[in-house]
Amino acid sequence: MPQVALTVNGKQHTVEVEGRTLLVELLREKLGLTGTHVGCDTSQCGACVVHVDGRSLKSCTMLALQADGCSVTTIEGLAKPDGTLHPMQEMFREHHALQCGFCTPGMVMSAIDLVQMHPEGLTEAEIREGLEGNLCRCTGYHNIVKAVAAAWPLMHGKPAPAAAAE
Amino acid sequence: MYDFAYQKPGSLADAVKLLKGDPEAKALAGGMTFIPVLKQRLNKPSAVIDLAKLGLSGITASGNTITIGAMTNHVTIATNADIKAKIPGLSEMASWIGDTQVRHRGTMGGSLANNDPSACYPAAVLACDATIKTDRRSIKADDFFQGMFTTALEPDELITSIEFPVPEKSAYEKFRNPASRYAIVGVFVAKGPAGVRVAITGAGQGGVFRHKEMESALASNFSADAIANIKTPADGLNGDIHASAEYRAHLIGVMAKRAVAKAAGR
Ligand SMILES: Cc1cc2nc3c(=O)[nH]c(=O)nc-3n(C[C@H](O)[C@H](O)[C@H](O)COP(=O)(O)OP(=O)(O)OC[C@H]3O[C@@H](n4cnc5c(N)ncnc54)[C@H](O)[C@@H]3O)c2cc1C
Ligand code: FES
Ligand code: FES
Repeated sequence: MPQVALTVNGKQHTVEVEGRTLLVELLREKLGLTGTHVGCDTSQCGACVVHVDGRSLKSCTMLALQADGCSVTTIEGLAKPDGTLHPMQEMFREHHALQCGFCTPGMVMSAIDLVQMHPEGLTEAEIREGLEGNLCRCTGYHNIVKAVAAAWPLMHGKPAPAAAAE
Repeated sequence: MYDFAYQKPGSLADAVKLLKGDPEAKALAGGMTFIPVLKQRLNKPSAVIDLAKLGLSGITASGNTITIGAMTNHVTIATNADIKAKIPGLSEMASWIGDTQVRHRGTMGGSLANNDPSACYPAAVLACDATIKTDRRSIKADDFFQGMFTTALEPDELITSIEFPVPEKSAYEKFRNPASRYAIVGVFVAKGPAGVRVAITGAGQGGVFRHKEMESALASNFSADAIANIKTPADGLNGDIHASAEYRAHLIGVMAKRAVAKAAGR
């Protein structure tokens, strides 16, 4: 069987996989990282979003072997070892941006990438558009948008630009 | 998903050799179409040939041509400064494909080779009169698209890059399906070295097509008014649960007027 060597949440792994093994299957079934969810078969829901070499993507639509040599971050890799949450996780909690929590891991991973890609600031409309690859059946999105806006200044270490604040 | 052998060749010649040697082998680019197809068991390749290590990614602008490597992803195309400045219609098109996560992986070469009737890039390539370069030849856009999911490519032929002559003006307008985010109707308008060209995607039963009546009206008067009274017949257009053929015919007029007004103002 072919092998894939990759770093997940800072730890090096070498794992035997099949050609058809998806990255999300490697994470959940081989490495036991079940925080990354699978919500659809059509690459539309975003429950499976992780970061590969710093960019958000759908781990249900990437072969494990395509990630050979890559560095992967999942929801489990965000909090500090002492349990301190990532600012995005903290703001999701503070703003009640989750109900059942099924979409949350993917939503948080997409939101972090979105905030990182926009050092110039984000308007509410840009946050909504930026999260269009993540579906939530519970919250109505409103509190998710609030949480992402609140995480921006924490992640960039400065107040949000006036134009971006509502 | 059926199992397959996975290979990641390091050169274009090796990739073509692998495809030539095995008629059941298939190329893999960003996987944003192909992996969902594999999951549904609609395809059963013996081997999947990953094109990631062939050096086919990147954008170069020289003189009046912009060349885009087949493996260049949608985010790179959407954010490239040369494309933004010279072919703004292509830049906005790339920025509206799917969502950020799809755009990080999906490639122009994969989209063109697939020629989905509701894909966006075929409209830009056809309207801009771009040339598709493969491992063995150059194919003009007018000859490349040959109907729904059908192109001029041989089974073992790989797109290496796409050459866009820079148009004087360009714009894209898309009426998208809110769930899949593909085009229900998309219209790309370009005024370039080959004259005015209007390409329609999402609507035709045979995939992307040029709207010749609009092109000739716009040739003498490049304004939304010039096409305001052109009615597109519904014959030959797609009708499905998302939109009837008549509605698509109507949308072509609306989207085309918006695209022309936007292009003219650039
Ligand atoms: C949720 C979602 C939303 C989307 N929304 C849109 C949208 O709004 N508009 C739009 O246009 N598209 C959309 N797409 C499709 C997306 O743009 C894909 O990236 C694209 O259609 C295929 O590109 P790929 O690189 O992923 O190719 P792959 O899926 O890897 O390959 C597709 C096909 O092309 C072949 N192929 C790939 N590269 C080459 C090459 N260089 N030479 C020859 N053959 C090749 C493969 O063998 C395969 O048959 C969406 C996809 C998803 C999942
Ligand atoms: S599981 Fe739905 S997009 Fe990946
Ligand atoms: S919180 Fe339930 S799907 Fe989003």
